[in-house]
This record gives sequence, C-alpha cells and structure tokens, in this order.
Amino acid sequence: MTMLGDRQQLAYIASQAADARVNVELETEGMTLNIGPQHPATHGTLRIIARLDGEQVVWAEPSAGYMHRGYEKLTEVRTFPQVTALVNRIDWLGSFANEVPFILAAEKLMGVEAPSRAQHIRTILFELSRIANVSLFLGDLGVQLGAITPVFFAFRDREYVLNLIEGATGGRFHPNFDRIGGLKDDLPAGFIDETRVVMKKLRTFCDQIEDLLFGNEIFQSRTRGIGVIPKDVALSYGLSGANLRASGVDWDLRRDQDIPMAWNKTDFKVITHPDGDSFARCWVRLQEVRESTKIVDQLLDTIPAGPVMAKVPKIIKVPEGEAWVSTENPLGEMGYYVVSQGDQGPFRVKIRSASFNNISIVPWLLKGVYVPDIITILASLYFILGDIDR
Amino acid sequence: MAKPKVPGMFKGLGVTFATLLATAKNGADTVQYPHEKETPPIRARGVIALHEDNCTSCMLCARSCPDWCIYIEGHKELAPPRRAGGAPRKVNKLDRFDIDYALCMYCGICVEVCPFDALFWSPEYEYSEPRIADLLHDKAKLGEWMQTVPEAPELEAGAEKKGKK
Amino acid sequence: MNAVLLASDLPYWLQSIFRVVGGLVAVLLPAGTVVYLFLFKMLSFMQSRLGPMEAGPYGSFQLFAEVGKWLQKEDIVPANAQPEARIFKMAPLIVLASTFLLVVVVPFGPDALFTDFETGIFYALAVSSISVLGILIAGWASANKYSLLGGLRAAGQLVAYELPMVLAVVGVVIQAGTMNLQQIVVAQNTGSMFGWDGIGNPYVLTQFVAFIIFMISVQAELSQTPFDMPIAESELVSGYMTEYSGFRFLIFFIGEFATAGVFAMIASILFLGGWGVPFAWFGWTTIDSVDNWMNFAGPLILFAKMMALVFFIMWIRFSSPRLREDQLQRFAWKVLIPISLVNIMLTAVLKVAF
Repeated sequence: MTMLGDRQQLAYIASQAADARVNVELETEGMTLNIGPQHPATHGTLRIIARLDGEQVVWAEPSAGYMHRGYEKLTEVRTFPQVTALVNRIDWLGSFANEVPFILAAEKLMGVEAPSRAQHIRTILFELSRIANVSLFLGDLGVQLGAITPVFFAFRDREYVLNLIEGATGGRFHPNFDRIGGLKDDLPAGFIDETRVVMKKLRTFCDQIEDLLFGNEIFQSRTRGIGVIPKDVALSYGLSGANLRASGVDWDLRRDQDIPMAWNKTDFKVITHPDGDSFARCWVRLQEVRESTKIVDQLLDTIPAGPVMAKVPKIIKVPEGEAWVSTENPLGEMGYYVVSQGDQGPFRVKIRSASFNNISIVPWLLKGVYVPDIITILASLYFILGDIDR
Repeated sequence: MAKPKVPGMFKGLGVTFATLLATAKNGADTVQYPHEKETPPIRARGVIALHEDNCTSCMLCARSCPDWCIYIEGHKELAPPRRAGGAPRKVNKLDRFDIDYALCMYCGICVEVCPFDALFWSPEYEYSEPRIADLLHDKAKLGEWMQTVPEAPELEAGAEKKGKK
Repeated sequence: MNAVLLASDLPYWLQSIFRVVGGLVAVLLPAGTVVYLFLFKMLSFMQSRLGPMEAGPYGSFQLFAEVGKWLQKEDIVPANAQPEARIFKMAPLIVLASTFLLVVVVPFGPDALFTDFETGIFYALAVSSISVLGILIAGWASANKYSLLGGLRAAGQLVAYELPMVLAVVGVVIQAGTMNLQQIVVAQNTGSMFGWDGIGNPYVLTQFVAFIIFMISVQAELSQTPFDMPIAESELVSGYMTEYSGFRFLIFFIGEFATAGVFAMIASILFLGGWGVPFAWFGWTTIDSVDNWMNFAGPLILFAKMMALVFFIMWIRFSSPRLREDQLQRFAWKVLIPISLVNIMLTAVLKVAF
C-alpha cells in the first residue's frame, strides 16, 4: 500500500479492521484490487484502490494526482493570452469550453464586454465542444460496458464537429480562439451551412446510439439501479452538471446565470431525470447532446452582424481585483477565481473543475457494488483525467 | 411506447447491419491515409512559416511563447542609406531563428503578436521525424514553409471587414 | 456404413499424416477465415471503416502479419508466476488441445471423418469443457488479480452454460435416436416433414428452442460479448489472458476463434443438416448410397453453414454490451435450463406420440 495519504491510510486500516471482523465468521480473505493508474477503463491515470470481498467492494478510494500538471502554479508566471492557451488542456475533449470562463473572469475584471456577435460565436463554439465531448462519452460508455461498435460511431461523428472547430479556429483540440474582449477572428465563410449539416448528422448519431446502446436490454440491466445517487447526497458532495441533473436537481448554469453569453437568447430544455442511477446519468447526457444541437441551430439563425472584438489595448494589463466566473461545461460546473494585481498576468488563479468534485463521491458510491459495476459507475460519472488532476 | 415494441437488442443489430450495408455501398467514412489525404482547413495550425525579410528579431514572439520554444539570435548591421547622402541605417540581422516543434504547443500566440507580419500559419502537417532533435526547424526550413501558406479565408456573412493591421 | 476412407486401404503412417494435416486444416482454416472475414472485415464495415487494407489484396494477409508479429515477441513469464512457470506456459496449449479434441468427431462428408464415435456428441460436450481447465490454470498461474478474477469468472460461466448446452442437445438426440454425429446428419437429411422430403428434416425447425438455447450457450462458452466477462478488457484487462504475450497469446487467440468455428460446425451438424444435402434430391436413401463426390462437396457445405452461424455469433458480439456475472448466472439457471428441460419433455412426449 504505497503512496496513500494519511487520511486514506486511516480509512484503509479502518476498512481492514471491519473486514477482519467479518472474516472471523466467514473465513474469507479480502483482496485489494488496484484499478489503475494503468487501466483501460479509467480514461487516463486515475487509480481506484478497491478492497474486495469476493467480487464485492468493501471499501474504495480514488487516488488522483498521477497526471498533476500544476496549472494553478503555471498560471502565475504567464500572461493572460498564454494562460488561455494553457487552460485549453484541462478538459481536453471540450477545450473551448475551458477558455470561456477564464476569459469571462478577466473581462469582468477589466470591465469590458465582448460584442454580441462574439458572444454568439463563443456560445456556438462552446456548444460544439460540448457535443464533441459528450458524444465521445456516449461511445466510450459502450466500450466500458463491452460494446465495441458505439465508440467508432462516436469517433466518426465527433470528427465532423472537430472539423468545424478546426475550420473556425485553426485548432482541432485546442482552439485558443478566445481573447479578452472578443474572439481572435471571425468565422470563415461557409461555416454556418456546414454546421447545420453536421448538426443533422449528430442527431442521427444520437438516434443510432439510442438504438444501439440505450434501448438494449443488456445495457439497461447493467445500468438501471446501479450507482444510485439520491438528490441530497448529490448536492452534499458538490456534484454538478449532468450527474446532478440525473439526480433530479434542476440546475443549469446556462439558464440560471446572467453572464455575457448567448444562451439566454435561445430556448432550450434543461434535461433532468428522477432516478439518479447510472442509466439516468447516461440518458441525461444523450438528451443534452440533442438539446445542444438545437441550441446551435437556433444561434446560427440569429447570429448578429458586427465586430467580434471590443476595443482593448494590444498589451493587456488586468486591473487589480478578484473575479469568479463559472459556466456549465460539458462535465459540470467549471469556474475560475482570478486574482489580479494589475500585471500582464494573473497573480493567482483557482480552478474549480467539474470532474474533481464529481469523483469525490466515488468512495461513497462504490461501497458494496460488484467489480463490473465499478466500471459502469465510473463510466457514467464521466470524468476527464486532465479535469481531475489539472 | 404504444407501437409494437421491437426488443432493443434487435434494434442494435439493425443499426450495425445497416452500417455494414452502407459501408459496403458508399465506402467508409475513414480515409486511407498515405494513399488519400484530407485537405486541412485554411486556418489549420499545422506549422509556422517564417518570412525572414520581415523579421526584425524584436524577440516579441520568443517572449510571448508559453513554453519558450523559439530561439532567436541576431546582431545589428549597417545597411546602405535609403536616400543618397543619408546616414547608414542600422538594421537587425537575424542569425538564428529556431522553433522547436517538439516543445511547441501550437497555440499561435507568436503569430499573433508578431508586429511585422513575419510569422504565418501553414496547414502543412507532414513533418514528423524519427529523431526528436530533428523537430527543431531552423531559419531556412521555416522559410521553406512560406510556400505553403494559404490566403486567409473569406469571412462569414455579417462579419466586419477589418483592415490588415 | 462404408469403411472409413482414411482407415481403409492406406498404410498407417500415411493415414496419420492425413489425419494430422486434416485436423490442422479443420481447425486453422475456419479460425483464419473467421478472423479475417468477421473480426477484421465485418467488424470494420459495421463501424464504417475498411479494416486492414495494406497487407495483401484487401488486407487478406493481415493475419499472417499478425501471426508473424506475435511469434517474434518475447515469451514473458511474470516474476510472480516464475515458480509455476511450467503450468503458466502449459495453459494456452490445454485450451487449444480441447479444440483439436473437439474437431475429431466432426463428420465432413459420408466418408470424410476422423473417427466415427457412437457417442460422438457426448464426447464432444465432454472435451469442450477441457478448455475450462486451461483457462482456470491460466488465471491462477498468472499470479495476477485480474487474471484470477477472469479465470474464476470463466470457470463459473463455462460450467453454468455447459448444462443448458447439454440439455439442448438432448432434444436433438431424442429426436434422432442416436448420439453419433454422422447418423444425426443422416437422420436429418433422410427425414421428411409430413411426408414431404424436399428439404429433409433439419432439426432447426423441430428443435428451434433447442437451437436458440444451444447458440446462446455457444456464445457464452466462447465467451463472446454479451458473455465476455472472463475477458472483459475494460474491466479485467483481458482477464486470464492479461499476462500472456507473443506465441502463447496467439494460441489463446487461435483457440478462441477455432473453437468458435468448431462449435458452429457442431451446431450446423446438430441443427442444420451438417455436410449433407437432402438425400431425396439425388435419390439417395442411406448413407451407403451417397455418391463419392459428397466427400469433397460435404466439407464445403459444412463450411458454408458454419460461416452463416459464426456470422450470427459475431454480429451479436459486435453490437451488444456485456452482461454482469451474476446476471449471466441468473440467465443460465433461471431461464435457459428450465426452458430446455421443458423442451426435452415435449420432445420426448412427441417422439413417443408419433
């Protein structure tokens, strides 16, 4: 048992003691299973230490930090444009969505607001990155549960979205397109028509995944009733995003928050599900992709003319102050607390990433489940390692 | 759910079989890479090209690079005066301009900050090397990429035309 | 019944060579075809890609490239498995051996067969469980927790699905009145339905329930999705195969697909009429009157039927997620076994009644 923190060590000893009491009667011996850091089902290097009794988990604890890249420290020695390029890499599947809250926080400090065309384009790209991110989740879900085909559908259709993002921003994964005061550039010609076509394809993809996976009886028997998170537990562990909505909490920062983005100009449904089990979480995400395609379609119709950049100085110095902005990212609530002391770069940035809080529920959730269900639950919680470790 | 319910498993089988037929009929969605290539979009950030004549070795790009992968050395030189009888001009001569693509994270900040339009993005992407050290592109190689730099794309309707700064 | 071709007038050493070559062909050819046609091509097309295209025309030599790659790899024995390295190394061979033992009883034509067992199907079901031993040994000897879980799951699963498989076969055996695979084939092809012998009497029609149960059990026996928890690469990191590399992994791999082929052959013998065509087409009445060319056409017919069955096995594999271990056991004991028992009862009653 190497590399455990004090708290983990104590919890582990306690669990072993509890085991020992059971074992006296049943004459069984527990087993500690390390799921990760190298494991095909952990999207990177998350390590779950699980103490098993047979195939049942007695105690489990996620051990994060194998891919810690020190973002909060790195931001202290970089200028604002450089930080924008860096924070792209936090949740690498929906990277444009990472830039937006940071830029919004900086804009809040500077007291500038992006022109409405820029806000529209930001929102479009934000939703596109959500679609790219969550559609990959839908495919990956299949792999975690043993179905190999959905992931190829997901990669195929995500590619269309990535092509759009690349055409507009130049970067497939890391757009770095957002600037304080607006956007780097306007959209290239043809973007709107192409996006409409792709959104149609994505809706077909959602139907395919629904038929292939969500309708499948085996899938349902694997996910229904597995890993149930009640409403109050979800709130107390600080879950956000689809994980929270799947527990029946009607909470969506896109709708509930007044930030200079174009969501309030569109009409969309906040998807919730009362069950709170793995199926609910996956289902909510699937429906959210559909809603996102509708949001994008609406925004494409109403995109206003005008500049995409407000008047900001070439060399950006953010005035002294502190600002907190969070948005509804693909994985949940992502926010930046930016402290500036009037320099070209931030003095301190606190990053609240969704996955880190979302996996905090893992020890609670994994107690008593079977080994195959660990994978189901982790898959349905949906985390990106970069988003946990930062 | 009022319709006669097809078991979900058979629907799934239908999806895969339909895809099988579609692939057999229309061909795959994938590209057989070395034989056929997709053209990247105009804005794609493939490789950075250097227009050497415009560079004044002002070091702005090297300083703004988030991971410091641009190496510039230069010296001052006297050039013949523009007008007859004028004093000789001092120009910055570029000795070394290297970009280490093993470190570059393709953020594009250097291209953006360049005040003299010396750096450009090219969508060219086929420059992988078996040795990591060969990814350090020097002045001459960066200059060669200039031929692959495309014109900036047309903008979408409603965009404000802005003059080239 | 004719004297068996291979056993008749050839010297013993020639017979042995024929049998060895024939056995290898009967095991490896289906395995190779299945891998190329289904695993490489059908899977790829179902995922709207082309699959291997570089090695040979349409990637048809890809399998040879893969085999070459595996053969070059180091034969690694994990440090914790060193004390039992012999057992660790033996396990994949046991799995493959069960496949070879299985193919022995498969008749390919009126005279083209390896042995003519009176209790052929009984033997086949018995030796098919030998692979469980190999898998259990592999899981245990790997000294890896994932492998251990995989091995135990495999053992539990294969034992649980052996039973519905046997019970499904009992229906066929009752109807045919024999356990000899060759005679089951003859019984189907000479049979008639309500006096009409146009397509003989393939048992897939009369024993449809047994056929479905048999195919489900085959799916589980081969640990193909949705019953692939012993391998479960996203949970158990390939289960009992985790620690194997190179040649020994190759053996597991061949074993998996060869067994798929052989089981599909047995299923097509039991339910689809095997190598035969309805004898009435050519005016044959007994197996002795079958023309000699069936010894060459028979294997092809069997092969085609096998491919059709493997297509379904693979199709289901590629489009469904996997069950959980306890759900799988529940399915076997609570659903399959009662249904197959009812099926046996009905078959027996109808057999006596007619």
